[in-house]
Amino acid sequence: MPPTPATPRNKMESRDLTLRYGSKVAIKQVSLAIPEHKVTALIGPSGCGKSTFLRSLNRMNDLIAGANHEGTVFLDGRSIHDRTLDVVDLRRRVGMVFQKSNPFPKSIFENVAYGLRVGGLKDKAKLAARVEKSLRGAALWDEVKDRLDESALGLSGGQQQRLCIARALAVEPEVLLMDEPASALDPIATAKIEELIHELKATYTIAIVTHNMQQAARVSDRTAFFYMGELVECGPTERIFTNPQEKRTEDYVTGKFG
Amino acid sequence: MLDRQAVMQEQDLAPPVALPMLSPEARRRQLKEKLIAWTITAVAFTGIAALVLILVFVAKEALSLVTDTAAREEASFSKMFLPQLVRKGKPLAYVWQPVSGVPKVSMIPLFIGTLKTTAVSMLVAVPLGIFGALFAAEFAPRRLREVLKPTIELLAGIPSVVLGFFALMVMASFLQETFGFTSRLNAVVAGLGLALAIVPVIFTVTEDALTAVPRSYREASLALGATPWETAWKVVLPAAAPGILAACVLGFGRAIGETMIVLMASGNAAITSANLGDSVRSLSATIAAEMGEVVVGSPHYALLFFIGVELFLFTFVLNMLAGIWTKKVIQRLKGGAG
Repeated sequence: MPPTPATPRNKMESRDLTLRYGSKVAIKQVSLAIPEHKVTALIGPSGCGKSTFLRSLNRMNDLIAGANHEGTVFLDGRSIHDRTLDVVDLRRRVGMVFQKSNPFPKSIFENVAYGLRVGGLKDKAKLAARVEKSLRGAALWDEVKDRLDESALGLSGGQQQRLCIARALAVEPEVLLMDEPASALDPIATAKIEELIHELKATYTIAIVTHNMQQAARVSDRTAFFYMGELVECGPTERIFTNPQEKRTEDYVTGKFG
Repeated sequence: MLDRQAVMQEQDLAPPVALPMLSPEARRRQLKEKLIAWTITAVAFTGIAALVLILVFVAKEALSLVTDTAAREEASFSKMFLPQLVRKGKPLAYVWQPVSGVPKVSMIPLFIGTLKTTAVSMLVAVPLGIFGALFAAEFAPRRLREVLKPTIELLAGIPSVVLGFFALMVMASFLQETFGFTSRLNAVVAGLGLALAIVPVIFTVTEDALTAVPRSYREASLALGATPWETAWKVVLPAAAPGILAACVLGFGRAIGETMIVLMASGNAAITSANLGDSVRSLSATIAAEMGEVVVGSPHYALLFFIGVELFLFTFVLNMLAGIWTKKVIQRLKGGAG
């Protein structure tokens, strides 16, 4: 029986997704919806599979030798594992921001322009306009507008992470995946990133992995709790934190383990 | 300014205490550290001193070209670097015939020889080495990579006399049949023989530089919708540029100084021409070929040492330029705070 397409208001939807590294099961039978223009937080203890799940949404796990999957993920009702969907196109539609900020050792401008250049945009004026728009979108423009030609590695940690967000925004993805984007940042930089996430959800659909439960409560509309590779519970953030249905969720969000 | 005493009191800080004598154990530990540091310094300086002494010795032997009148007469700098009258009624020419009745000591044909063989070898070995390394580091399946790297590193260990023999016997005939060279042994044969020796050098060092590029750069690039090739070419390769340049410099140093392959496969005729199909005589091969029969202390003897000094200068200058360039690249990559 072919799986029925996802409902339209869910931007992405995983259906019985199981992922193994070799024979080790990283996530089992996860079915989770990522609603459009909402922030979905993935929480859970280390090694619970939340990052693996996030990385499978734009098929970054393909890069890991020995990774294999069952089940699939739908993007706008279409399986991302479909042969007719090129993985390069998928990653242009589903962008990613990593845990450790990883700007290229290039200038600030070139970092943001990179995705556009590989996408085939050559016009200099258009490039400059898109770079400015993305940097403004990531609330970084005012801090870097006078030194776009300087190396991105000269920026502070928080600025680097916002640069990575700007870089991901530049290609205008539909979905933005964030893998603990603020875990290496100080509280002020973290607050800036969280504020940014609030602004971005009007335009993008966001899924964010976080270790920090206050952060999940602050930024997300929906929360999914992962434990030992399984999706234990998901629902509106407020309900998960105030009235969890599962004992394990309650123990985790109240800090009994984790 | 806060009152210092109030601050100390508030935090319950104790006033400083006069330090007691170092314990004997601590003193022994410090002494041991110092001894080790001195020993390492001494060993390091011995190595450096040996290198400097070699240079001093070579330069000293060449010095008679300046100090000795007879040598100055026979091998002046103008005779070495400017065209000379070789035969009456013929145009001025560059000729290397240091043991003829009237010694002709032009360095120019030797420079040209070294330049030709080095250029041919670098033109072949740099792309081969870099693209080979790019394949091994970025595209090869893991199992193939595990075989590829040790195999190519093994190639680096082949004695150059074996490579020279191969170039002389196999490559020379093949290339002559293919391209119809008039001289069987020429700059192309010697250059390709040299390339065999330096490809492994460039490959290994480049591969190390590419593998050292953080995986996060590759992930970032792929996540932005770049293909693996775009990632390798636009992100990984530029990030590894300093290491790749070092690989090329290392290869160049080997190519310019390598003696046996060139001696065996170049034909050793000091011809001044631009044709890569002509036989050539390189600086290094000249030293090797003539040093055995030269009269010690003669102008010719000093000349050979002078060639050694030149070879040293070439590599030194190149290394320096590469160093400056590398520093610039690293600065551009890292930015101010890097």
